[in-house]
Amino acid sequence: MSQAYLSIQGVDKSFGSFNALKEINIDIQKNEFICLLGPSGCGKTTLLRIIAGLEKPSHGRIIVGGKDITSLPPAKRNFGMVFQSYALFPNLTAYQNVAYGLQGKKFSRKEIDEKVKEVLSLVDLMHLHDRYPAQLSGGQQQRIALARAIVLSPDFLLLDEPLSALDAKVRVKLREQICELQEKLGITTVMVTHDQEEALTMADRIVVMKNAEVVQIGTPEQVYDEPNSPFVADFIGSINFLEDEEYGGSIIQRNMAVRPEHIRISGPGSATGISAIVKHVEFRGAFYRLLLQTVLTGQHLTVDVSSQITHHLKLTKYAEVSVEFPQDKMINFPSETMVVGA
Amino acid sequence: MEKSPVTMRPPIRRRWREFISMQNMLIVVLVLTLTTSTLIPLITLFSKAFINKEEQFIGLANFIKYFSTPSLAQSLSNTIWISVLSTLIAVSLAFVYAYGISRTGIRGKSYFHYMALLPLFEPTMMHGIALTYLFGNQGIVTNGFFGLLPEFHIQIYGPIGIVISEVLYLFPQAFLIFITALTITDQRLYDAAETLGAGKIKTFFTVTLPSVKYGLISAIFVCFTASFTDFGAPQAIGGNFNVLATDIYKQVIGQQNMSMGATVGILLTIPAIIAFAVDRFVDRKQRSMLSSKSTPYKIPDGRLRDGFYHVFCWVISIAILIPLITTLFASLIKVWPYNLHFSLKHFDFSNVAGSGLEPFYNSLKVSFITAIVGTIVTFVFAYLIEKSRTMKGLRQVGYFLSILPLALPGMVIGLAYIFFFNNPNNPLNWIYGTMIIIVLANITHFYAVPFMTATTALKKLDKEFELVSESMRVPFYKTFLKVTVPMSLPAIVEIAMYFFVNSMVTVSAVVFLRSADFNLAAVSLVNMEDAGDVAAAAAMSTLIVVTNIIVRVIYELILNKVKKRTAAWQTSSQ
Repeated sequence: MSQAYLSIQGVDKSFGSFNALKEINIDIQKNEFICLLGPSGCGKTTLLRIIAGLEKPSHGRIIVGGKDITSLPPAKRNFGMVFQSYALFPNLTAYQNVAYGLQGKKFSRKEIDEKVKEVLSLVDLMHLHDRYPAQLSGGQQQRIALARAIVLSPDFLLLDEPLSALDAKVRVKLREQICELQEKLGITTVMVTHDQEEALTMADRIVVMKNAEVVQIGTPEQVYDEPNSPFVADFIGSINFLEDEEYGGSIIQRNMAVRPEHIRISGPGSATGISAIVKHVEFRGAFYRLLLQTVLTGQHLTVDVSSQITHHLKLTKYAEVSVEFPQDKMINFPSETMVVGA
Repeated sequence: MEKSPVTMRPPIRRRWREFISMQNMLIVVLVLTLTTSTLIPLITLFSKAFINKEEQFIGLANFIKYFSTPSLAQSLSNTIWISVLSTLIAVSLAFVYAYGISRTGIRGKSYFHYMALLPLFEPTMMHGIALTYLFGNQGIVTNGFFGLLPEFHIQIYGPIGIVISEVLYLFPQAFLIFITALTITDQRLYDAAETLGAGKIKTFFTVTLPSVKYGLISAIFVCFTASFTDFGAPQAIGGNFNVLATDIYKQVIGQQNMSMGATVGILLTIPAIIAFAVDRFVDRKQRSMLSSKSTPYKIPDGRLRDGFYHVFCWVISIAILIPLITTLFASLIKVWPYNLHFSLKHFDFSNVAGSGLEPFYNSLKVSFITAIVGTIVTFVFAYLIEKSRTMKGLRQVGYFLSILPLALPGMVIGLAYIFFFNNPNNPLNWIYGTMIIIVLANITHFYAVPFMTATTALKKLDKEFELVSESMRVPFYKTFLKVTVPMSLPAIVEIAMYFFVNSMVTVSAVVFLRSADFNLAAVSLVNMEDAGDVAAAAAMSTLIVVTNIIVRVIYELILNKVKKRTAAWQTSSQ
């Protein structure tokens, strides 16, 4: 593996007796898009603020491009940052907001104008350059904030829950735009989010955090398909944790889990399946989510079934079904971690 | 958890260069300034109460002497009952008045609102002067409106006059608290009370009163403290009726008994400190009462109710107006009440106590400089305390020192400044007797309220502005000037006006600090009254009030302009 570009080495942070971060080690490659994902209070925002230099770690180092920047103030770190609130200056126009960081540096007026116009077109907002933030929609404000963060050609980009204040539709659209922009500029990016869908769709790699620690680092596929702990499995997507029991032909062990969409459903009386009763049917648009209870052990299972199958098998409340667990889709945890999430 | 190898977790080296940033230096300067301007003078003053003229420690001897001198102990009880009575009357009237404006459908609300604030523009001495013209020996009411009505005699010189003056002085302060408390309410609570079948009276006691509870407590303490420490009213119309504030004046100016002055100063500060503590407590409670989901109050119909409040507000607003009209009238006629011809001769101050119009010009100058310097200092200090990330401990000290003046009566500040700055060993001794010390005393005296106004305005700004600038490598002062200041302009203009108006009318702190050749308008009222030049005092009061009203009008014009210019910056959702 090549030398990491942005490296977080053994970072600890405590506020008094409270540990906000414990022994964090993350290596980030150049041009990589990393998501710090976790429930609120897991320390992800503190970690971002440490990378930005807004907080000092109690121990550990932050290395960027081979240079130790741990004790540098934010102004000397050369990064761009987008905040949850955008923090656009309300009394400056979109153009002035983007130009703000360029003024007073060694750029000529013409250079500033060129740079501002370039990034404004990059985020598709050149036509709104003379509007004040209050006259822009949330999504537009977000893009101006992004433009302002990248106009100084920073070494890396930090995004603090950049989409959480937006409507669902706008959020999906901006997700694509940010990814596109990040790819185009090839800028190393660290984004904090508590939204697992956001992390799955945007990140090259996801850092899942919990209680001040890193639980798992991996590509979206890795953390979804091979979660290393019940916590990760549960936090990202839906999951069924299975009891230690023998179900017909499939041997199920304790410490195993399966995603709702991987459970196979067939009509009652299948030779290999386990009998279960439909307890609840939830229409989800593209599919149905069923809550089943197995006849033998009373285990509850959540299963996602396509509309087609649901109608074909006439799956309504109290219907009887057979359930099968495909072995290759089963998720297995090391036994000692099973207690978590119980 | 096992200890990792040292190489993995090297200790963080904090660099000196980072510590010696401009912002940190400014915070140090801030704390030093506030310590010099407030804390040390105060300690100097209080320590004086425990030593005698020969600089020997005498413990509580001064206090024992105070309480065993019948005339002095009498002032304490005088002060207390006068303050209790004034507070009761002012708070009750202000509450009903504010209720009428905020919770009923009467017309002319903005007129009533401005009328309630009028006494803020008047020196408290003026109320006394007006009362003399109305109820004094030659008063227009006393002689029954030039014989048209039966004569009406009351003993206006003494407690009655003081209480009337105090009520006028306290009314706007209580009103401002109530109008805020009554406006911050949640219609949903009233809807809930109605659906639960609560009657009007029950709703008032279970919803309205609890929601203004803290405002009420705060108003009572503010009013009690203000009248407890007021100097103008008892000086103007108290006659031989002594209170603590006039005692200090007599002890210090009359008898040069500094340590007894300091002793009375401590007594004067005690209720203010209690009020200060209560106010801090209440402020914290009240902030948590309103949620963002609250809906504004809808005024229900009620003709009888509106009728009552309409009459009440008119009566009060006229009562507020009478002293000013009386003073204006008295200043513009030849000889009250014998020759009622128009004349401007009282505005020629050349042959009265004082020295012509100079005190007035001095006051203008002092108020102007106080407004400019005070506003800059207040806003910069509030910014450093609110928006810096470093030096948390020092910033907390700074915050405490910034709100401390709330607990300090003006007389105590004035006295403390004498002790501190009149000491020849003090390197700042040279400012004693100059205009600088008066401006400094004014800023210190009025600093706390503007400081809180500035802090509130700054809290409304996104706290990430500074971080964004820092990440863009823009120095903090640039963002301060280009974003923070323009965004806070309404608050800044308000602060400047507050400093100006208060500097024009104040007597308490500066009465000790002005020198023989540098008098101030409001203080000259005291001299003119003492010398019997009441008409001249009325004329000077008129000048002060007119100036303040003009400044207020200018303030409204500027504010309007600022608001129009900044309209595009405001979030449309609000």
